[in-house]
Parts: sequence; structure tokens; C-alpha cells
Amino acid sequence: MQFRLKQRSVLPGFNLALGYTLLYMGLIVLIPLSAAFIKTADLTWTEFWTVVTTPRVLASYRLTFGASLLAALINASAGLVIAWVLVRYSFPGKRLVDAMVDLPFALPTAVAGIALTALYAGNGWIGGVLALIGIKVAFTPLGVVVALVFISLPFVIRTVQPVLEDLEAEVEEAAACLGATRWQTFRWIIFPAVRPALLTGFTLAFARCIGEYGSVIFIAGNLPMVSEITPLLIVTKLEQYDYRGATAIAVVMLVISFLLLLLINLLQWWSQRRHAT
Amino acid sequence: MVLASPIQRAITEPPIVRRLLIGLTLLFLTLFLFLPLAVVFYEALRKGLGVYFAAIVDPDALAAIRLTLLCTVIAVPLNLVFGIAAAWAIAKFEFHGKSVLITLIDLPFAVSPIIAGLIYVLLFGAQGWLGPWLAAHDIKIIFAVPGIVLATVFVTFPFIARELIPLMQEQGIEEEEAALVLGASGWQTFWRITLPNIKWGLLYGVILCTARAMGEFGAVSVVSGHIRGATNTLPLQVEILYNEYQFAAAFAVASLLTLLALVILAVKTLIEWQARQTRRAALAVRGETE
Repeated sequence: MQFRLKQRSVLPGFNLALGYTLLYMGLIVLIPLSAAFIKTADLTWTEFWTVVTTPRVLASYRLTFGASLLAALINASAGLVIAWVLVRYSFPGKRLVDAMVDLPFALPTAVAGIALTALYAGNGWIGGVLALIGIKVAFTPLGVVVALVFISLPFVIRTVQPVLEDLEAEVEEAAACLGATRWQTFRWIIFPAVRPALLTGFTLAFARCIGEYGSVIFIAGNLPMVSEITPLLIVTKLEQYDYRGATAIAVVMLVISFLLLLLINLLQWWSQRRHAT
Repeated sequence: MVLASPIQRAITEPPIVRRLLIGLTLLFLTLFLFLPLAVVFYEALRKGLGVYFAAIVDPDALAAIRLTLLCTVIAVPLNLVFGIAAAWAIAKFEFHGKSVLITLIDLPFAVSPIIAGLIYVLLFGAQGWLGPWLAAHDIKIIFAVPGIVLATVFVTFPFIARELIPLMQEQGIEEEEAALVLGASGWQTFWRITLPNIKWGLLYGVILCTARAMGEFGAVSVVSGHIRGATNTLPLQVEILYNEYQFAAAFAVASLLTLLALVILAVKTLIEWQARQTRRAALAVRGETE
């Protein structure tokens, strides 16, 4: 037989390990996910299109994707600076700060939600200060952005950090010897090296943001057409027993998430290739 | 930091830029990280220790703690076995469709927690595919504990596999091959060679998986039905108290989850440090430097 599923190996357990992996993944992930797509097939194309493009749903897409994009952009720029500071400089408490960066991964989203609301509400520590200059954060779309910045904060830092650590000092020395200013070295030597990682981190942060629910619903105020995110709209439809409507919107989000996942994989493949050459 | 040579000065920034960047970093992290952390404990203790402890020993809160622990104790071992099996197949063998499999394992990360809950409602809910059959046999999954466990398993599915796959790929198969050639059985090879090699990565994955399992909110909230004392996990208990304007109690329960998060961060940092030491020791034995 010319075609073989796997290459020969002396190690045992391939069939057991792969068989169990596929079975478990099928039961837990693939079959349940396919349920969403099959359920949507109950709707005709026109019905589906009508459900997923009502003004309220469109407004929720605008908020979800707009706020996610803004949060991911904020984190891409802040993350690059923070990763740089953590790798290159030393200051008191640096190791603590470095460890704390992962807090948004460890802290339950509901806790993040109520903490940020307390902080950024009109009578909160930060919200009170901002209220003096007329900025309202909690219970507005701006609150959504704040929550999303928090939960996606570690992604860019944690993807850029290892790349900065691996950068060879010689290249920068060479650039300096050849007369480059510090800014030129950063712009033409360092930045191109971290760009793939930065993009990966940005996309991971964005993907995480569009699905986020727990931290956002407390701070958003959840006004339809104004501060209602798409995942909340799915929950609302579910609570009204509108399973078809909920599933149709979920399928739109799923397709977008799958495309983002594909993009992340392509980016990682691209950066690995760059790394290899 | 005193800079000695001109070349060192040439590959770093002027002191003013350095201070500015450090200042910006600390400002950003204070606004988005440290203050949210501090506010949890401030709000929790604002009404005094009496209110704090009353909120925690409340029967509903204790039931929520029990349910959260139960879900974690089921979800983490399930995903642990899966993670090891998947990593063994992917890292130790070459086969067609491997990259597709790796992408599929990541799927639950890309799916909104709300959708994770929704798909189980579509399968097991009263209107779902298996709904009538389950009702006929008097089995409750949605708005009951099994649904919460399933949703938790789904959202924590990739954590351990993702840690193990790159680690085991990097380690290669020479050591296992040597053990097998010397007459060890497959299981002996796994227990004596593979497992000691991956123990830090494994622990790291388990820690991340545990953190998410205990803290999951969205997926669990869709399938739970919010029945007090029965299908409420800790994060859901926080939401209920908060929505009833019992802020001090909500933050008291939230502070438990926050302490847990801090413990997890500490353990994680320790494991990373330990893994680095092991790696450095291994490199030193081979006469290389990092």
C-alpha cells in the first residue's frame, strides 16, 4: 500500500491515543458544535438572513466588533511597550508585575466585571475622577471597551515577550555601529522581528474579545441598540425560548470565530517560517 | 543602571525614555490590573468582617463552593487524560491530518462561552434533539449538574493538550525509543520516561485548566438555570448577589475567587521558575548554555 496514515514507529499506543483523542473530541466538541449548524438548517436562507440582520442585531455586531477592535488595538500598543519594558529594563517589583500580567487569565470574568464596574462607575475610584471632566465609562459602550481591554491584556504581552527575549544583541550593535539612531534600529530591525508575534497577539486578543460575555454584561448597562453585545443578545433570545434566533446569530459568530482561528494559524505558520529562515 | 561602554549605550534608550516607558507601563497596569484587584477586597471588607464571613458561610454560597469544586474535580481529570492521549499521538508520531487535528483541539478557545452553553442546550434541552428521550427517562442534563459539568469540560478542553503538545514535540522520541529497545514495556516507558519529562508542563496545564474550570461564567450560566443551592457555581453566586444589590456579599464571594486566582498565579510562577531551572540543569549537563 502506497498511502499510509502514519509513518512506521517503534513507539506503541498510536491507535489507542489517537482513537481516544478523536472519540473524546467528537463527543465533547464536534458533535455539539455541529448541532448549532444543523439547527440553523431548519431556517430557509431568507429567514436566516432576516434574523441575523435586524437593526438590533446589527447594532450588537457593530458594538461587539468595534469595541473588540479598539480593545485589541489598545492592547497591541500598550502590550508592545509593556513587553519591551519587562524584557529590557529593570525596576523594583518587576518580577511581581511580570507575574501579575496573567491575572486576567486566572481571574473569573464575573469577578472582573463587577470589579471594573465598581471602579469605573460614577462613584468609583477612577469613574469619579473621569466624571469631573465629563467622561462616563460604566454603562456606556466605553465600559465595554474597558472590560475587553482587561480580559485580553495578557495576549500581546505574552506573544511578544519571548520574541524580544530571543533577539540577538549583535544585530542591534551592528545597526548602532553602522550609524543608525536608536529609533531607526527599532523601526527597521526590532519592529520587523516582533511584527508577526504582535499580529498573532492582536488577533488572539480580538478573537477572545468578540466572544466575551461575563466581564462585559456588568459594566455595559446592556441597553438594546446602544450597549448590548452579541453574546448577550444570544442569551436574551434563549431566555425568550427563541432557539432558532439564538442559534442563527450563534452561527454567524461561529463562522467569524473559525475564520479568525484560521487566520491565527496562518500567522503562526508565517512567523515560524520567518523564524526558521 | 550604570552604563559602561558606548556600545551598551548605543543599544538602549536614553534614561528619560526608559523612565517614561516604565512609568507608562505601571500607569496602564495600575488602571487595568492593580486597581480592579484592590477594589475587590476593598468592597468586600467595606461593611466589616461580620458581613464578609456571613456572605461566605451562607448555605447558598457553601453549596456554590461545593458545586464549583465538583465540576473542577470532574472536568480537570477528563481533560488531563485527553491531553496526554492527544499529545502522545501528535508529538510522538507522524501522520496525515495532524495540523487539522491541532487546529480542531483549539476550537473551544475560539468559541464564545455563550455558544458553548447554547450547543448543549440544543442537544439536551427540552426542545433539543435528545430532550424528549431524556425527559422520558427522567434524566436532567440542562438546568442540572451534568450540564454544568459538560459546559465546564468544553471550555477547558484545550488547556492541558495545548501545554503538552509543543513540549513533547520538542523532547522528541529518542529517550522512549531507547527504553523500548532496552526491553521496557509501553506503559513502563510512559511512566518512567515520558511522564517525568513532561511533569512541569503537565502541572502547568492542570493549573490553567483548574483556574478556568472554577471561574467559568458564560457557558455555565446558559446551562445552569440559576437554581439557588442546587445549580449555582461560585461565579453565578457572585452575579446573583450583585444583581440583588448585595454588593458587599457579592464582593466577599468574589474575593474568594480572587484569592484563588492569586494562588494560581503564584503556583504558575513557581512552576515556570522550576521548569527553567530544570532546563538550565539539563543544558549544563550537555555542556551548552541557554
